[in-house]
Amino acid sequence: MGKRVLLIEDEPNILEAISFILSRDGWTVHTHEDGETAMKKVEGFPPDMIILDVMLPGRSGFDILRDLRASEITKDIPVMMLTARGQEKDRELALRLGANHFMTKPFSNAEVRDHVKELMGA
Amino acid sequence: MIVNQFSCRCRKRLKALGEFTVSVKRLTGSRIREKRLDQGLRQAAVAEAVGISPSYLNLIEHNRRRIGGKLLSDLARVLSVDPVMLTDGADSDLLDQMRSAAATLGPDAEIARAEEFAARYPGWSALVVAQARRIAALHEHTLALTDRMAHDPQLANSLHEVISAVTSIRSSASILVTQEQLDADWQKRFHQNIHKDSLRLADSSEALIAYLEAPETKLEVAQSPFEQMEAALALRDYQLEQLEGRDPDIAELGQEMGLTGSSLRLFDAYARQYQDDAIQLPLAEFSQAARDLDYDPSQLARQFRVDFATVLRRLASLPSHEGHPRMGLAVCDASGALTFLKPVPGFTYSRATDACPLWPIFSALSRPTQPIRAEVTLPDAGQTRFMCYAMAMPKGEQQFDVIPVLQSTMLVIADPAESAGFSIPVGGSCRICPRSDCATRREPAIIGLAGAAGL
Repeated sequence: MGKRVLLIEDEPNILEAISFILSRDGWTVHTHEDGETAMKKVEGFPPDMIILDVMLPGRSGFDILRDLRASEITKDIPVMMLTARGQEKDRELALRLGANHFMTKPFSNAEVRDHVKELMGA
Repeated sequence: MIVNQFSCRCRKRLKALGEFTVSVKRLTGSRIREKRLDQGLRQAAVAEAVGISPSYLNLIEHNRRRIGGKLLSDLARVLSVDPVMLTDGADSDLLDQMRSAAATLGPDAEIARAEEFAARYPGWSALVVAQARRIAALHEHTLALTDRMAHDPQLANSLHEVISAVTSIRSSASILVTQEQLDADWQKRFHQNIHKDSLRLADSSEALIAYLEAPETKLEVAQSPFEQMEAALALRDYQLEQLEGRDPDIAELGQEMGLTGSSLRLFDAYARQYQDDAIQLPLAEFSQAARDLDYDPSQLARQFRVDFATVLRRLASLPSHEGHPRMGLAVCDASGALTFLKPVPGFTYSRATDACPLWPIFSALSRPTQPIRAEVTLPDAGQTRFMCYAMAMPKGEQQFDVIPVLQSTMLVIADPAESAGFSIPVGGSCRICPRSDCATRREPAIIGLAGAAGL
């Protein structure tokens, strides 16, 4: 079984497309659509990597990232953030909170695949 | 005793102000005084040189005697200026605005020659000031639009919808194009996703365009909304007869005045306040009482049992064509930002520059609910003086656990006939203020001013 990627994104068609391409690359992809319960999902099932959208219902991706870095269980999990806002201050905030990579929508599938590979050390 | 003395001074001052109009006569005297002081000449020496008494020259310099003909020519000769410079020279408001424009936009402008320029080219000078105001208004609009782009939730949601749909379409289309041996079920699924997202993209794009083209987003570039409202009020000499009666249609009145969008909304708040003031202080009754009590805000507040700030606002709206003195009014919030300005000659502020913190309107903020009366003097050659009455009051309803927001109101009466004894030396803004010994200076004065001051 391939390494596990948890994709937290509330747009169902983006979720499906990214899941599809990463699965084709051999990763085991799990998905979650809600910000409020995202931490429970991660702690109950620590993945090898997280792709985390910024704008989520219930709780923002920044808040979730802050909690991920504060938890002993999840603090070292690589996180790639996705956002529709490409502002520099958002990028800086994400990196300051401990994101490993920050990707602005609309991105290409190739970009997603390359960065997942890089962060997984593959 | 002090009140009586002040009352007496006030009577004399108001007698003078009652006859006051913005005229060449007044400005000529002020210019003669400015030129004489600029050249360090004593009043007695100049008077002797032109064959009049020093006291008569003093009356001329304070605009209480007409001047023209040979005497004007003689004074111009003694002061080494063209007579036209004395009669048609630039007024101090225009000069202040030109200096403010230079301070903000043109550090290399020959500030020391501003008056000469304004006198020789009044049309071009007015254009410089108008352009500076336009630039300031555009700058304000740009900031507002930037702020809107960054923080408007409706715009942010619309853009998020568009970008999410585009991301999904791009990703799904890429899969269809690049993935070989994609089975029919997946192909159908991604085609459906693209179709759904394309519909969503069309809807969200239409909504975004409709939002950006909404009437309230139109640029009002000539002036800021505050300035638009104040300009419309100035055209009516700040008199709104409709609001003196019952049940006026405020929105209709605002539209009649040519206000739209933000300026109309600002006017709505202004008009409601005006109407409340008019109910508490009916015009005919208040107008007579103001005359009887020498325009003393404190006595008027006691007589009508209203707060001091209400009296200040109402005094400023008294019709000058009925013989009331012209009075200026400024209102600022707790940050010091001006939210209303009714100017009088000499008392003008550019919203684009930081104001002098010594004006009583700002010191009142540190002493809420205390009425303040203070005379102030400008640093111009004529040492222009104003009598100011100010008070800061909490705005809105008082509630537990809610910090009150202060609003300061100041009434300004130009050129009091006699000095109150102590006068606060104020300025316009640090950049155009020549005072070198001011403890409140924030930044050095720009070059070109006599005795340009550093920190």
